[in-house]
Amino acid sequence: MESDSVFYTDRLGAPRNPLLDQLPSYQSLLYRRKPSASGSTKRRGSSRTRVGSSNSGKWGQTTVARQHEEKLRTQTIQRPVRELPKSMAEKRRDKDQRLEQAKDLSSWRQWRQSTRRTLRRLKEDGFEMLSNLELWRGDIHVIEGMFGTGILSYFSFLRFLVLLNIVMFLLMFGFVMLPIITAPHASGNTTFNHVDGSECRNYPSTSRHGLVVFHQHITDLLSGTGFLEQTYLFYGYYKVEAIHFPKFTYNLPLAYLLVTIAYLFLSLIWIVKRSATGFKRNLVQDEDRFQSFCNKIFAGWDFCIVNENAARLKRSSLLYELKTDLEEERIKQKIADRTRKEKCRIYVIRLILNLFVITVLAACFYSIYIATNFSQKAQMTKVNFILDLIYEYLPSIVITLANFITPLIFSLIIQYEDYSPAFEIRFTLMRCVFMRLTSICVLLVSLWGQITSCQEGDCVCGYNHVLYPEIYKLMIFDFISLFSLSLWTRKLIVNYCDCGLAKWWGQQEFAIPQNVLDIVYGQTICWIGTFYCPLLPAICTIKYFIIFYIKKVTLVNNCRPTTRPFRASSSNFFFLAVLLIGLALACVPVTISIAQISCSQACGPFVNYTTSWEVLPRAVSQLPAGVRTFLLAISSEAFAVSFFVITCLAMFYVIALAGAHKRVINQLREQLVMDGRDKRFLIQKLCQAQRTCAVRFPGSGSQSHSSDRVSPSYRSNSGVFLVHPPPDSATHV
Amino acid sequence: MGTTASQLRKDLLSEYQELTFLTKQEILLAHKRFSELLSKEDRNLTRVPMEKVLSLTELKSNPFRKRICHVFSTSDMKDGSLTFEDFLDLLSAFSDSATLEIKSHYAFRIFDFDDDGTLDGGDLEKLVNCLTGETDDTRLTPEEMRQLISNILEESDIDKDGTVNLSEFQHVISRSPDFVSSFKIVL
Repeated sequence: MESDSVFYTDRLGAPRNPLLDQLPSYQSLLYRRKPSASGSTKRRGSSRTRVGSSNSGKWGQTTVARQHEEKLRTQTIQRPVRELPKSMAEKRRDKDQRLEQAKDLSSWRQWRQSTRRTLRRLKEDGFEMLSNLELWRGDIHVIEGMFGTGILSYFSFLRFLVLLNIVMFLLMFGFVMLPIITAPHASGNTTFNHVDGSECRNYPSTSRHGLVVFHQHITDLLSGTGFLEQTYLFYGYYKVEAIHFPKFTYNLPLAYLLVTIAYLFLSLIWIVKRSATGFKRNLVQDEDRFQSFCNKIFAGWDFCIVNENAARLKRSSLLYELKTDLEEERIKQKIADRTRKEKCRIYVIRLILNLFVITVLAACFYSIYIATNFSQKAQMTKVNFILDLIYEYLPSIVITLANFITPLIFSLIIQYEDYSPAFEIRFTLMRCVFMRLTSICVLLVSLWGQITSCQEGDCVCGYNHVLYPEIYKLMIFDFISLFSLSLWTRKLIVNYCDCGLAKWWGQQEFAIPQNVLDIVYGQTICWIGTFYCPLLPAICTIKYFIIFYIKKVTLVNNCRPTTRPFRASSSNFFFLAVLLIGLALACVPVTISIAQISCSQACGPFVNYTTSWEVLPRAVSQLPAGVRTFLLAISSEAFAVSFFVITCLAMFYVIALAGAHKRVINQLREQLVMDGRDKRFLIQKLCQAQRTCAVRFPGSGSQSHSSDRVSPSYRSNSGVFLVHPPPDSATHV
Repeated sequence: MGTTASQLRKDLLSEYQELTFLTKQEILLAHKRFSELLSKEDRNLTRVPMEKVLSLTELKSNPFRKRICHVFSTSDMKDGSLTFEDFLDLLSAFSDSATLEIKSHYAFRIFDFDDDGTLDGGDLEKLVNCLTGETDDTRLTPEEMRQLISNILEESDIDKDGTVNLSEFQHVISRSPDFVSSFKIVL
C-alpha cells in the first residue's frame, strides 16, 4: 500500500481522497523521504519517468505533480548513488543518468567530479588497509557472533587498554630509557648524581651460592626487590643527572617528570574523547527516559549473531529484559501508591542495611590496614621462604579476598532493600566500585602512615621505596588470581570435586561488571606504579594480552554469557566512567610522591632536589628570558582565576542553550500533534461533504467542477466541493 | 563443488564498489559465498531460491531472515529469491559503513510485516514475538503485550495516529544508541 496513513481518518480503509496527493507537504515528503511505502512498485524497477530518484510510481500521474517534482529535484542536493535505498539495477540507472547529465557540464566540473571520486576511492582503500591491521579483529568477530554486542564491549574495552598501555610504554621508553641506552653509542657523556655502586637498600650479605642464589632470585622476582632494583624496572636505577650529547644536554630528571605528567594527561584526554559520544547519549537518554522501549524493540536484536545457542540466549535475555521493564513500570506505580507506614518501614530497613554495608566496608579496610602493617614489620625478619612470601603478599591477598566476598554480600543485601530492578543493579555496582578503589586508597594511606611514623631508626626512608614493591606485588598477585580463578582451575574443580559449592561456582556466568572492575583495578595500579617502575606499562600490556586469550577461551568453552542483558552503548559509558574514577584516584599518590620531600638515603633521578617537583622550576629558570616570563605569567594566580571564571561562564552559557533547545523541541512536538489533528479533522469534513454531495447529485461525481482553487473550506449545505481539481489549479502554495 | 566457476569481472567489481558500501574484499567474499549456494545443476540460474539463502550461517539464526529476503528480493514472483546483486544490496545495507538513513529505511521495511507502509499494532506484535521466540512459554502475556505496544507507541508515535510511519521511525532510530552496532551483518 502506498499512502501515508496519517491521512487516514480511520483505519478501516476510508477511501482515499486524491486531493491528499496534491497537498504540498505530501509532495515534498514524497521526495524528501526515501520511498518505503512504495515497496513493491519501486522494486519492480519501473522506469516511469526520466527523473530517476523521485517516487513517481502511482502518484505522480498528473502533470502538476510531475512539474512539482522536477522543481523539487533541482532544489535538493544530489547524494551519492549508493546512499539511495534502491535495488542495484535502479542505482545503476541513476548513475548512468547522472553521468549523462554530467556530460552537459563543463569540463572543469567533470574533472572535479572524477577527482573527487578517485580521492574517495583512495581513502576507502586506505581505511580498508588500516582496519586489517586492527588488533584481534578476527577473534572479536567470533565473539560477537557467539555472544552479541554486550560482551563484545568488554573485549573492545580490553583492546583499548592494551593500546593505551602500549602508548604509555612508548612514551616512557622513548623519553627516559632510550637516551640512557643510546648515550654511549651517540657519544653522549652521562653525569650521575650519586656515588656509583651504592645501593638503595641494604641487604644482609649472603655468602652462599648456587641453589640459594636461585632461590633468592625467585624471591626477588616475586617481591620486586633485590636484583630487580638493578634493572630498568626500578626508578632508583635512573641515577643519571644529565646526558651531554654533542649538540645539547638532555636533562633526564626533567624528562622523567614531564613524561609522568604527560601520560596521565594523555590517558585523561583519550578516555574523555572515547566517552564523549556515550556521555552525550546518556544525558539525552536520562532526561528523556521515553526512549528505552523503542531502543530495546527496534534495536534489540543483534543481527551479527550466527550461533543457534546464542540466538536462543539472546531471545531469552530480551524476554527477560522486557518483562523486567514492564514489571518495573508496575512497581513504580506501586511505589507511588505506598502508604506512609510502608514508606517508614522501608526507610528503616534501608538505613539498617546501609549501616551494615558501612560496617562491612570498615571491617575490610581495617583488615587491609592491619595486614599492611604486619607485612611491613614482618619483612624485616626473614623466617623461611614460603612464610616470607605469604607475609609479603598479605596485603594483596587480603585485598583480593575482600574484593571477592563483598560483591556477594552486596547482591544479597540489595534484595531486601526493595528498589526497582534497574536501580538495584546500578547501586550494587556503585558499591563494588567504591569498595575496590577505596581498598587501594587504604593501602596507600597505611603505607604513608608507616613512613611518617618511623623517621629514624631502622626503617627504610622514602615513600617510593615502600610503595614500589607493594605495587609490583599487587600487580603480580592480581594477575595470578585472575588466571587461577578463571580458566582451568575452575573447570578442574567443577569436574573433579562434586560438592555443591564447586558446582555453583563452576556455573557462574560471565559477569561483565565484575570483569570490568577487575581490569580497571589493574589499570589503576599500573597508573600509580609507572612513576616508580617505568616498565610497568609493558608488563601490563603483556598481562592484558594473556587475559584476553584466557577470557576468550573461558567464554567459548565453558561459560554461559550472562542472562541479564547488558546494553552495548550504556556499558561503554559505564566502563569509561569507572576508568576515569580510577585515573583520578591514581593521580593522588603520584602527586604526593612528586611533591614529597626526599630524604638522604633515597635514590633515583631526583636525589639532587629537595622535592621531585623542583626540577621544573629549576629548568624554567634556565630558559631564555622571554619564554620564562611567559611561563611565569601562565602559572600565576591572576591567570588561573580568570581562566576559571571564563570556563564557568562558557559552561553556564552552554547549559542555558541546551535548556532553551529542549523547550523549543517540546513546543514543536505539541504543534506537530495539533497540526496532525487539524488535518485529520479537515479531511474528515471534506469526505463527509463529498459523500453528501454524491448522495445528492449522483451523476456528477466524476466531472471536475468549478474553476475554484482547491480549497479545504467547507460550506455545509452549499454543495460546492471538488473531487478532481483542474490541472492548472495552484497546488504550489 | 571445486573452484568457483566464474570470477567477477574487474569493471563489474569497481561498479559494485561504487554502488554499494562494500569494500573490494567484501564483494569478492560475497561472490564466493553466493556461488557456493548454487549447486551444480542450477549453475545457469541467476536467482537463488529463498531456502538456499536461508541456509547461510549468518541468516540461519536470525528471526527476521524471511523478511530480509522478501525486502531485498527483486523477483516478480515475490518469492524471496535473490540475485547476486540483491545479495550485494543486502550486505551493503547491513555493512559497517552504511549510513544510518539506509539502515533505518531497510529496518522499517523489514519490520513492516504486512507491507502497508506503516508499523501498526499488528506489526509491532509480530515484531515482539519474533524477538522473544515463537513458542508459547517464550511469549509475553497479552496484558504485557498490550502494555508494551502502548509504551512503544507513546514513545515513537508523534502525531498520535496509532501507527509509526517512516519519519517517526527514523526519528526514533536516530536517537537510539544501539541501533548502528546491532544492525550489522558481516560475512
